[in-house]
Amino acid sequence: MSGFFNGLARFRRGPWELVASVLIALGVVMLMQPFFLVLYTYSFIVTLIGTVMFIITSHFPE
Amino acid sequence: MTFTPIDKAARATPPAMARRIRGLSDRTIAWIFVAPSIFLLLAVNIFPLIWTIRLSFTNFRVNRPNNDVEWVGLRNYQRILTDEGTWATMQATAHFLIWTIVLQVLIGFALAFLINKKFRGNDLWTTIIVFPMMLSPAVVGNFWTFLYQPQIGLFNYVVAFFTGADPASFSMIGDVMLAPWAIVIADTWMWTPFVMLICLAGLRSIPNSIYEAAECDRASKWRQFWTITIPMVLPFLMLAVLFRGIENFKMFDLVVQLTGGGPGNTTTLTSIDLKREAFEKWRTGYSSAYAVILFVTVFGLASIYVKALNKVKER
Repeated sequence: MSGFFNGLARFRRGPWELVASVLIALGVVMLMQPFFLVLYTYSFIVTLIGTVMFIITSHFPE
Repeated sequence: MTFTPIDKAARATPPAMARRIRGLSDRTIAWIFVAPSIFLLLAVNIFPLIWTIRLSFTNFRVNRPNNDVEWVGLRNYQRILTDEGTWATMQATAHFLIWTIVLQVLIGFALAFLINKKFRGNDLWTTIIVFPMMLSPAVVGNFWTFLYQPQIGLFNYVVAFFTGADPASFSMIGDVMLAPWAIVIADTWMWTPFVMLICLAGLRSIPNSIYEAAECDRASKWRQFWTITIPMVLPFLMLAVLFRGIENFKMFDLVVQLTGGGPGNTTTLTSIDLKREAFEKWRTGYSSAYAVILFVTVFGLASIYVKALNKVKER
């Protein structure tokens, strides 16, 4: 776990890509879930942040 | 003295042009060759994307070109993301997407596993199984509407044969509960062969020597399946899921032909809803915002999926 946070602090690709992937997946689940309208409302912004973050962090060093 | 075709081409080039070409570096010549493709890509893919993003912030309507186009900021996005009707189409799409992928992967892999065994008529069965994939989605949609007919449809009679229910007592296309399953079944019937072919390629790429080594180590068939077959076919399966996921997210023709998005809006998928907003209600700005939301979703999902695929391939 400390390796993950160290990676985040040192701008390493692995942990940042993981965060971005989790955000994208969360956004898609929020978009398609049938339970809360408020989650649907904020789904796009979560997916967008995740996608942009993924594009940026995929250029970070390993 | 004989001349090669290259010599002939060099001699045929006018001296002025030859001098100019001789002065170009390899890098420049490479750019000259690549430039038309890049230009075409920018014109056909990138420019419409940027234009769509720009339109998504306006109230532009393509059927009223003389009206003033107002900059509305995020209002289109706000409307889409607070609209319960659009939310329902997202749920219908999720239902369609999840169930088609699950069924197609399970049945496709099972068929590939069976077809991979050597038996008489193997090639004939492969051709028969692959046949639905070769048909046009509009044709498939059309004849599944006949199969689903409560009075004369074969599907109802098959279900009645196994369950004992009256064939005319239910309508796959007309019932709110059954219609989402009707489109899942038709799409699964059509596209399972595609998944089967990809899985078959994966199964045939596994060297026999690995199974022979496992036999020497007295590994059971069950253990061979889980420790050799599945891990080695997994990249192929993931590729099939990626292709089908992206395709089914955009599914339009088959569903329009089969149910037209009904009954009510129960089978209105996002692509159908988007088409209605863009070309029936002519809300171009609004539908552009809708398209951007779908694009970001598919792009994001495809990004993490390709990353996962690469990781599996590296193992």
